[in-house]
Amino acid sequence: MKKILFIEDESALQKAMGELLRPDGYEIISALNGEEGVHLAQAKNPDLIVLDLILPKLHGFEVLKKLKENKKTQDIPVIVLTNLEATQDVEKAIKMGATVYLVKSSYNLEEVTEKIKSIFNK
Amino acid sequence: MNLKNIFEQLNLPAQCRKYGLALWECPQFLFLIMGLVIMLSILASYAIGIKYVDDPYMVALMVIGVALILFILTYVITRSFERLAEANRMKSEFVSIVSHQLRAPLSNLKWTIDLLLSEKIDLEKEKGVEYLKILEENTQRMGDLISDLLTVSRIEQGKFFARNKSVSLKEMIEEVINEMSIFCKANDVRVIFEPEEGPSQISIDPSQIKIVITNLLDNAIRYINDNGKIEMKLKKDGKNLYFEIKDNGVGIPEGDQNLIFQKFFRSRNALKKQTNGSGLGLYIAKSIIEKARGRIDFKSQEGSGSTFWFTLPIK
Repeated sequence: MKKILFIEDESALQKAMGELLRPDGYEIISALNGEEGVHLAQAKNPDLIVLDLILPKLHGFEVLKKLKENKKTQDIPVIVLTNLEATQDVEKAIKMGATVYLVKSSYNLEEVTEKIKSIFNK
Repeated sequence: MNLKNIFEQLNLPAQCRKYGLALWECPQFLFLIMGLVIMLSILASYAIGIKYVDDPYMVALMVIGVALILFILTYVITRSFERLAEANRMKSEFVSIVSHQLRAPLSNLKWTIDLLLSEKIDLEKEKGVEYLKILEENTQRMGDLISDLLTVSRIEQGKFFARNKSVSLKEMIEEVINEMSIFCKANDVRVIFEPEEGPSQISIDPSQIKIVITNLLDNAIRYINDNGKIEMKLKKDGKNLYFEIKDNGVGIPEGDQNLIFQKFFRSRNALKKQTNGSGLGLYIAKSIIEKARGRIDFKSQEGSGSTFWFTLPIK
């Protein structure tokens, strides 16, 4: 079973994505702040991380940096899923090693979950 | 340009109000003053020049004096342009912050509705209620932000009028505590209110002062640490009523303390604790208290908590 770690402070979004992904056989692990996210990424060894940028305790970019610095987590693909859409944020995230950058408001729930699933088909 | 437009242009106080600047900071007004100074100084130079034509020192002194005045005026005008540019920059920043603050609950609404429409969950059961609650919370979040924005806009346009009446501040504080008791419980916070004996009757706009107390209590709860405790005091202090709210929360870093009442400012510590929050609450609180001829301030230590207080004149 593929494990997906959501690092996202909006629990509503986590719940909604989880509802669509769980029936398709994905295990969802949820972190509501950056620190917890880094900790769970190391402890649970997920197959994919979905990361928001504006997060309590540790900013998403800091989380990404920590994930990519740690040998245990550096190869896990990271989808950045945020409402920030400035070009410099997108470039920064990709440069730091994010696999995909998605702006929340551009997609509906089904499109986002499809994008998440498509990472595993690559 | 027709005659009406010309008159509108000449109505300097109205022009300056449009920019939200005081008269002495407004370029249009300052240019007029500069023009007058130039004209008067030319006339004065002429008059004095005729009389003291033999005394070059006097004339030179006069020219230096006039140049100095013009220099100061030009400096002030440049500063006021800088302020306008700054206001413009803040406005763009404002648009970007507001759109982000509105987008977060909007995404929650949109995806929750998508989920409900997808028929993948059973609306009849508990889950249905859970998701409807999410919709309710996020609609409320957007509504709160919009009402904060409208309040700020009214404050800035000078249209935020107080409708004063005599109320008991003590009862009002108790009412706010009561209304927020669920929020306190959810965050595991103990609230203690110790009002001094005696009347706390005061002439204020109850709805506005309620906004202040709610904002202060809301912040205290939002940024509390574990074992949260909030202590509130109300007492008479000379001709004023003094209200204090002390928390054992995250506190405000020293470098952020002089910015805390600024519009849209959110402390690094606040961001670490909570990512939603408009950064408008304290700005609104300060505007309301100062308009009611009171004072508001705080002391805070990073890591151990903050104490916010305000005074309001009894009469």
